[in-house]
Amino acid sequence: MSNSAGIADMLIPRLGVVKNIRTDTPDVKTFRVEAPSGGVIFPHMPGQCAMVSIPGVGEAMFSITSSPTNTEFMEFSVKRAGFLTEWLHQMDVGQQVTVRGPYGNAFPVDTELRGKDLLFIAGGIGLAPLRSVINYVRHYRDRYGLVDIVYGARSTDDLVDIDEIRNEWTGHDNVNVHLTIDRPQEGWDGHVGFVPDFVKELKFPTTKTALICGPPIMIKFVLAALQTLGFDKSQVYTTFELRMKCGIGKCGRCNIGSRYVCKDGPVFRCDTMEELPDEY
Amino acid sequence: MMLKLSKDKIGELFQKIASDRTLYLPVDNNGQVNFGRWTPDAAVRLDQLKTVKSSKDFFFPQTENIVAFKRQGKDISIIEKRDANEPFVVFGVRGCDVRSLDILDRVFLCDPVDSFYKARRENGTIVSFACSEPEENCFCGVFGIDAADPLGDATIRVIGGDLYWDAKTDKGRALEESAGALFTQATALDSDAIKEHDERSREISGRLPLKDLDLDSFEESALLEKFNSPLWKELSQACVGCGTCTYVCPTCQCYDIQDFDTGHGIQRFRCWDSCMYSDFTLMAHGNNRKSQVERFRQRFMHKLIYYPANNDGIFSCVGCGRCVAKCPISMNIAKVIRALGGVSVSV
Repeated sequence: MSNSAGIADMLIPRLGVVKNIRTDTPDVKTFRVEAPSGGVIFPHMPGQCAMVSIPGVGEAMFSITSSPTNTEFMEFSVKRAGFLTEWLHQMDVGQQVTVRGPYGNAFPVDTELRGKDLLFIAGGIGLAPLRSVINYVRHYRDRYGLVDIVYGARSTDDLVDIDEIRNEWTGHDNVNVHLTIDRPQEGWDGHVGFVPDFVKELKFPTTKTALICGPPIMIKFVLAALQTLGFDKSQVYTTFELRMKCGIGKCGRCNIGSRYVCKDGPVFRCDTMEELPDEY
Repeated sequence: MMLKLSKDKIGELFQKIASDRTLYLPVDNNGQVNFGRWTPDAAVRLDQLKTVKSSKDFFFPQTENIVAFKRQGKDISIIEKRDANEPFVVFGVRGCDVRSLDILDRVFLCDPVDSFYKARRENGTIVSFACSEPEENCFCGVFGIDAADPLGDATIRVIGGDLYWDAKTDKGRALEESAGALFTQATALDSDAIKEHDERSREISGRLPLKDLDLDSFEESALLEKFNSPLWKELSQACVGCGTCTYVCPTCQCYDIQDFDTGHGIQRFRCWDSCMYSDFTLMAHGNNRKSQVERFRQRFMHKLIYYPANNDGIFSCVGCGRCVAKCPISMNIAKVIRALGGVSVSV
């Protein structure tokens, strides 16, 4: 009695060891997790999620922010927001955690996105799921066209893993990075303003395929901004999360319309969301 | 041909079944009839039409251990230890509850399979119980269920002083073989009595007040129209969010997963949960169903539109009427079906 992952039940987790903790922003840390014997705990595709837990503290769904092309470790960028994430932020390297997954679909990196000019648009911690796609695309760079990344946060302090963005993305691999912060700040000579407005200002051609992630309200406004530029909803993908417990479309929590975000999502092409009730 | 047993020998049948597997059947416990374990002095109540809770517990228990952990310093050990799971029989399951298992199967047995549920389904034998006198809250006929001749591994009918036994699957026949010596062959005369019983039962069903609920307009193409109906506000106004409807419902499947510190480690268990509860969808960044109107709507939209959209049009309601009987504010799925189906309803 085993499923495709070869374990007794998808509800039974596996062990992981925290090998590195990086402080990205005042409330975001990125945890590098490996299997006890080294390497990733299980393979995944960009956009998929995993349930991470400290037994007795809690278990919650996080996007796997590392790229599948990295087989040495998995990374989770976690914003401190509640009981479990507070605990995770307090832990030290060497702490074991439990991980189960991967859950959900993925961005269609090997099908619909192949050969396309890609436009990534992220806000705050919303970069986490897109980072996996961006690094996957950089790894297989010749499979895709132009790559633009629009990333915004409340302040410079809230830009997640700015070092990788500045040192590895900007000016490399024919990738264009457009950063913005919500309000002016001393020492910042880049763009100031909200992500949806910035997207409109940048006047991206409608030949691109967009991938959006951020707070739900940002996703809605960015989608509207793209439509103003002439984009069709079928050219826009987004990913979101609702409260989840099982991760396999059975516990009922993330049910929206006839879809389960954990199983039928978290990645949705925006035209397919039209049939969903506005309840996310 | 069906088999037959005199009703006064029914205790012997229970003893025989219970000799090599656990037998559950409706028993009276402090005035409430629920499925309970058979013992020679159990207060068996086959005269009660419906148990308070359904037979869902035997396959999807209200609480169930999943996995345990030990934590020491930074280390965690995962202990996979499942509750014992041995062959059992649930005896006296009404047609509505039998259908509910098909509805749950489509959730728990679809890929990836829930191995806890699957093991219980494999170990369980269902002896269904034909309804002789469906009562006013029953509306299983609306969902095409024949209460007079329900599905199951075997079906019993109690007519006069006799119990009739009709094995329908290999599991049912295996049970029949183990109790074979107690039965006699039913005769042509018995066939007439059974026919008369079934016709009478169907005739009663045909006269019940909820028999003609109209579900025609509940289809996937009407999803947004029904969702956006102004009627939800009025229908849900008095809902106190107690969740009783979800706990007595044989098809409600939502669950929670929680950890419990036993003092010797951490026990992770799952338990029934309710979409009617305010923290069901609460997240760190907010709640996508903040009001009781939204939560109330979710429960009925799921049963009447979302579930059927994913399951060949099969509704996630079996018309058992438990929610009709138990709701403290007398709101129920029958009123929702009528109101959303265009019939005016007094709330």
